Amino acid sequence: MIEAVGLTKRYGDKTAVDDLSFQVRPGMVTGFLGPNGSGKSTTMRMVLGLDTPTAGHVTVNGYPYRRLPNAPRHVGALLDAKAVHGGRDAYRHLLSIAQLSGIPAHRVDDVLQLVGLSEVAGRRTKGFSLGMGQRLGIAAALLGDPQVLLFDEPVNGLDPEGILWVRNLMKSLAAEGRTVFVSSHLMSEMALTADHLVVIARGRLLADMSVREFIAANSAGFARVRVPDTDEGQREKLTAALTAAGAQVLPEQDGAVRVTGLPLPRISDVAHEAGVRLWELSPHHASLEEAYMRLTQGMVDYRSTADPQIGMRPEPAPGREDGWDDEPGWSPPQQPVHASDRPTLTEDAR
Amino acid sequence: MAVAQVVRSEWTKIRSVASTVWTLSVALVVTVALGVLISWLTRREFGNMPARDRLTFDPTFISFAGMSLGQLAMIVFGVLVVSNEYSTGMIRTSLAAVPQRGVFYGSKLAVATAPAFVVALVTAFAAFFLGQAVLGPHRTSLGEDGVLRAVVGGALYMTLIAVFSMGVAAMLRSPMLSLGVLMPLFFLLSPILGTVEATKKVGQYLPDQAGARVMQVVTIGDDVPYGPWGGLGIMALWCLVVVAGGYLLLRRRDA
Repeated sequence: MIEAVGLTKRYGDKTAVDDLSFQVRPGMVTGFLGPNGSGKSTTMRMVLGLDTPTAGHVTVNGYPYRRLPNAPRHVGALLDAKAVHGGRDAYRHLLSIAQLSGIPAHRVDDVLQLVGLSEVAGRRTKGFSLGMGQRLGIAAALLGDPQVLLFDEPVNGLDPEGILWVRNLMKSLAAEGRTVFVSSHLMSEMALTADHLVVIARGRLLADMSVREFIAANSAGFARVRVPDTDEGQREKLTAALTAAGAQVLPEQDGAVRVTGLPLPRISDVAHEAGVRLWELSPHHASLEEAYMRLTQGMVDYRSTADPQIGMRPEPAPGREDGWDDEPGWSPPQQPVHASDRPTLTEDAR
Repeated sequence: MAVAQVVRSEWTKIRSVASTVWTLSVALVVTVALGVLISWLTRREFGNMPARDRLTFDPTFISFAGMSLGQLAMIVFGVLVVSNEYSTGMIRTSLAAVPQRGVFYGSKLAVATAPAFVVALVTAFAAFFLGQAVLGPHRTSLGEDGVLRAVVGGALYMTLIAVFSMGVAAMLRSPMLSLGVLMPLFFLLSPILGTVEATKKVGQYLPDQAGARVMQVVTIGDDVPYGPWGGLGIMALWCLVVVAGGYLLLRRRDA
């Protein structure tokens, strides 16, 4: 259990972390999200007693880290996978950390095995790929078999197999009742890994809730409706009928319309009453990424574009991983799927 | 127990990087080789030296002539052993494992000082014996007054150079910055102050000049206001100040 109360960190007149309060509970993976420079790493350093808060405090299992008895046996952390001396081999890098924490040397072999680096244990770490570095960092975090784990961007530089491995590792660590606190900027990854989210921007807490609640609270679901493109005027007819029924209708570029404010059965009824056939009527659930973008819009320090609309409602491009889907078996029709899996309503649409 | 853990870990760290072996062996080889060379040249030129120089000739001190260059490697050793933690980022892992920063810092310095002292001791005796062998008729021996003190003092001098560098590196954290301060201090400022009569008195209190006094056996005709151990004491005081400064900063600073 990690608990932050009114945590604040100022560097001169720049406030990196501003009155942050949250709890990270055991038995689940808590994702820590925020734009670059939002204070995630600073917060993690304060949890580990590396940086001293300007105000407020943060405790691990009820103690400030620096007063936690036998801290490395209770807390393991991966802050920066590159924080190794390149001239030291992997085994002795881990051995020095184990010795520092009074952890028996055989644990080094155990964790090397666990992260799959046994074969390169004797190699200098400067020859390691980014992915191997991440695995080494994770190994160091796991050395003390700790109940509380912090990972700062653990999937950076990992290949898909490595990402899957980290995801399963996080989940199994949480399933064992451990507290797992993971920061990431990969939303789709967080959607698959985290149970709970702590979202910050510019050092302030934006949300502290489950992934499901977060998406529900920060996105507007909508229905995508498509009429036969063979009949002129059908779309205008439907738009008029739906607007009359109290819905907001936005045309989409590919000829479909986006309908908000009416449940799906009601849309179907209205279309039926108006005598309009439908080729597609599909529910759309926002992804974690969309919800996150909506929430943090305008709070990002470093942006790469002048277009204020970008990121507001990312247009689901073909082939894009939607990331979050709370209806198993249903896929957005934009995704390339096998013809047999394609919803029947859209079958003739392309 | 905490201290034993940190000491063991630091020993693993220091043994497992190549820079330790490199810097320490360069310190040994350069000091001894240059000392032998200068001793040999002195023997050849002895007859041509002014009478005054011949009378105040210090065979012990001349065999340590290589130390002026050899200490460069000791400085690099001291700087790297501390600043490595910062340049790699290992400091965060280390301090997360040992939240008692004083224990970490003290153990690190102790573990780094031990091999530096052993190498310095070997260097001092090797430089002395080889230097004397080359000096031939002008040589002295360990049994003479103050010679053993000068040789052991030479080892302590080299060790304190490394300790001083560790303290500076702990304060400045960056290896480049630390070397950028230490090199001019020992190789520019100290010699420059020594050449001008007016500033000589100030230069005498710099760590290297004060400490080097312990290696001199023949001190006729110089007006240094402290003795051999007094000089080494001044150097030790310098070390104490920078090491304490490094500790205070480490304790207060965010890692």
